[in-house]
Parts: sequence; structure tokens; C-alpha cells
Amino acid sequence: MLQTEQLEYAYPAEEGKTPRLALGGVDLNIEKGSFVVVLGHNGSGKSTLAKHFNAVLLPTGGKVWVEGMDTADEALLLEIRRRVGMVFQNPDNQIVANVVEEDVAFAPENLGVPPEEIRRRVDEALAVVGMEKFVRHAPHLLSGGQKQRVAIAGVIAMEPECIVLDEATAMLDPMGREEVLSTAHRLNREKGITVILITHHMNEAEEADRVIVMNDGQVAMDGSPQEVFCQVEKLRALGLTVPDTVELLYELRQSGWDVPLDALTVEACADAVAAAMK
Amino acid sequence: MEPILRVEHLTHTYGSGTPFERSAVQDLSFQVEAGEFLGVIGHTGSGKSTLIQHLNGLLRPTSGHIYLDGTDIWAKPKEIRQVRFQVGLVFQYPEYQLFEETVYRDIAFGPTNMGLTPEQVDRAVREAAAFAGLSEELLDKSPFELSGGQKRRVAIAGVIAMDPKVLILDEPTAGLDPEGRERLLANIRAYHQAKGNTILLVSHSMDEIARNVDRILVLKDAHVLMSGTPREVFARAEELESAGLDVPQVTRIARALRDRGLAIDPAVYTTEELTAALLALKKGGSAVC
Repeated sequence: MLQTEQLEYAYPAEEGKTPRLALGGVDLNIEKGSFVVVLGHNGSGKSTLAKHFNAVLLPTGGKVWVEGMDTADEALLLEIRRRVGMVFQNPDNQIVANVVEEDVAFAPENLGVPPEEIRRRVDEALAVVGMEKFVRHAPHLLSGGQKQRVAIAGVIAMEPECIVLDEATAMLDPMGREEVLSTAHRLNREKGITVILITHHMNEAEEADRVIVMNDGQVAMDGSPQEVFCQVEKLRALGLTVPDTVELLYELRQSGWDVPLDALTVEACADAVAAAMK
Repeated sequence: MEPILRVEHLTHTYGSGTPFERSAVQDLSFQVEAGEFLGVIGHTGSGKSTLIQHLNGLLRPTSGHIYLDGTDIWAKPKEIRQVRFQVGLVFQYPEYQLFEETVYRDIAFGPTNMGLTPEQVDRAVREAAAFAGLSEELLDKSPFELSGGQKRRVAIAGVIAMDPKVLILDEPTAGLDPEGRERLLANIRAYHQAKGNTILLVSHSMDEIARNVDRILVLKDAHVLMSGTPREVFARAEELESAGLDVPQVTRIARALRDRGLAIDPAVYTTEELTAALLALKKGGSAVC
């Protein structure tokens, strides 16, 4: 679905200063239909990376391909944006209309989709995110989680093949986070949409197919959640925490217990600890 | 001893007399002891923000009273400004509220308005900057040259510089990465220890609250759902979950272990405690209860 080759990006520097590389040679291949979580502390390059996936940013070195299309080719921009939709951090900055359904219809209208087709897409997109009851509501009266789901519906209405959530849960409360997260998982499962979730909440990575940890503009770790989270020391050195489940298992192992480190969920962790007790 | 803050039957109704009339806080009563570190938690719409805006007089109660050090803060409405110097409120995402040319002047704004002498202001600014974890050389910079995390520290320093009796922080770590969150909380804890004043920490994160505060006030639907030490509150995990709140992951593991027949206190909320409890249990040999 997405591919990067020696991707480099430097933000424009102030006069007389050398530009700092926000991304320094990233090689990635993201499979169609996968659910990928990208972690990293602030300034690690994770958001810069995400913005390359639908050509919001263009590489200053190397290449990015979306389904084989080079994002640097301006003629392909519309095709690329149609395939990869993006949801940003602040729900209040991405609502453009006064009525929920108009907001969701904004992108397909701009893509020149016929009116009856727009109607179908808007209704379907709102149903997918569980916001069909709010079709005629005013967006500013919704909660943060609801606004983000409307923003996601706006992206779904373009019928993209991939959705990038750039810290889309960072400003939400636990309930709002859960709403957005379960919506993303459902889209992935039921519609086969590739999801790339950028976050610094470790527990949002528990159910991902793949976790990529960014550090200093490079891919520092890449693997299944189990493979990544069991490397406790390495994660800590990168300024990240591990889920409490793994931390508990890690501490018990330090005390000589024979427990696996990869029991990520609360239930799996409790099973592992209970088994070691016997 | 008189509590530093006493809230009695506080009700606030928005849009009174319109079809949108809604009470954001309803008959709320609680008190905060001087020197206490209190966590305030509740999901969006529970009334947290409305409550804290009453504590420094930004909102006026529809009914009920707020006593600061024994005095009703609305006894003399014209002097409400004095209350705002004594109860410092740091809003959510305060980094968007910086406006001065230099970090120094931004922090100095509050103490200058309080009528302190330039020497006193200078001392207050430097002390507050140090508490907020800002180095001296940042003071001459423009706030807009700083990173997001540093800007937030400037905003916090601006409130600390007024040396408030009560400091209220609304979601101070929202949007920071784990390391940034922990560093900022460590600064706040150090400030609390050094000054011994009262702190109210409003947060969505139970983990964050659990690790820092003496007592937790849980709000739900405009009411106080419960209040107590972290241990007392987490012992009622099911109620918290039904109020749409997070329970710390460690508490959920402890509960899952109990479900599997292990004699574990279901109110533990740190990995250190749970590890110690498990080690003791295994050593004791009576693993199954």
C-alpha cells in the first residue's frame, strides 16, 4: 500500500542555520489491509512521517509511493489524496461546515461525486462511525470523541484505501479515545482499510498487527506488539514507557519468575501470572 | 483547623430560562485541607471545568457558597480579583495564552499586577521559572521560540509566580509524551513539597492521578460520585468504570488475578505494589484463597 525508500525530510531552516533532518533515511513497506501503530516521543519524526503518506509533506530526499504512485508527482496528487485520508489531532481544527452531514459531504463534493452518490456515502460513513443519529446536528455541540468520529466519517466518504490518524486521540478523554480506536479497528476489520495510527499511548498499540517505533528520524524498532513491547530496556532508553502488564511481568522476571514478557492484555497477563503461581 | 477551600451546595446552571438550561454542577459540597494534593477526575461533561472556574471566581454560583480560608469569596464581589491572586488557575493548553515579548515578561505579568516591587517581581519570576523547570537562559527568549512543552511550563510559571495559596492545574500533561508527562509531574511534586501549598490536579488519566495525589474527588453528572485516597477509590473499580472512567491497568490486572483465585488486594494501583504482593504470596505458599 505504502512504501518509502531512504525517505529524508528537513524542515526549512532559519537563515544561516543548517536544516535539521526530521527524517533521516526511512525504509518502510506497509502492507495493504494492515493495522500499523507508530510510536515515538515528541520530536521523533512520527508525525513528519505520517504527513508524507498523503503528500501533505514531500520528501527532501528519497521517495514515497502510494500504491506505486510517486507522491512527488504533482499530477497524481488528487489520486493519492483520494486513496489516503488523514485525521489530525485537534477536532476543532478540521470541521468545516455548520451541519454534520455537510461536513462529511465536503470531500466527495470536491471530488465531483454525483449528489445521489454523495447522499449514499454520507449516510454510510456516518453509520460506520456510529454517528448516524447526528446527521443534522451542529458539530460544535458534539464531544471531542464525536467530533473526531465525524472527521473520520469525512475521510471515509472519500472511500479511501488507507486512513492515517495523526495523534487523533491525543486531545480526547478515555471514552473518546476508545470510541475513535474501536472505530479504526472496525474499519480495518470490516472494510479492509489500511490504518496507520500515530500515538504516544502505548496501550493503543496492543491490538495492532505491527508496531513501528520512531526515534531521531529513524525506525528504531519494528515488529508485532509482542516483539516490540518485550524489549523493556530498549523502549525506556527511547523515552517510552511499556504497558503496565509488561512492566509487571518484567519485574517478576527480575525476581526470578518464569513468566513470558509478551502477555500484553490484562487477561493474558493475569493468565501468565496465575500459571506461574501454581 | 479551617479548610483552605470549602464548597457548600454549589449549583451552576447554564442557559437559565432557555430550552438549553442545564446544571453543570448540582448541589456540590466538599472541602480541601491546606497543603493537600487533591486529584479531580471525571469524564467530559461531568462538571470539572465548571467547578474549577468557580474556585477562583471566574464563574459565580447560581446558588451555594465557596469559602477560601473561611471567607465567602463573593462576600465582596468588587474584591474578587484578590481571590484570583490567591487561587491560581492554569487552563488546558495554556501555551496558547502566552502574549509577552519575552518569557521573563510573561511570567512577570501576574506578580506585577499584584503590585509587587520590581525586586520582588524579579525574585518571584526566577523562583517560579526554576519550579517550572525552565533554565535561566530561556527567560530572555520570545515565548514563540520555545517548544510546546516549554511554553506550557512558562504558562505554569506565570501562575506560580503569584505564589497562590491554591494552585489548580487543568490537564497539565495533555498531549505530552510519556517522558514529558513524567518530568512535568515531577516538577509539580517538587513545588508542592517545597511550598507546602494546596494543589488541585484535574486529569483524565487515573494512572497519573493515582501516582501523585493524596486524595481523589470523582465527579459524575454534575455530582460528587466519591472521594477518598487512591486506594479507597480504586477499591470501587466497577463504579468508576460505569461512570465512564479509566481504572489503572494495574488495578485491572489485580482484579483479573483475584478472578483467577489469587488473594490479591484489588485496590493496588502501582506495579511496585502488585509485584511485592505477588512475591509475598508466592513465598507464603498459600497462593490460592
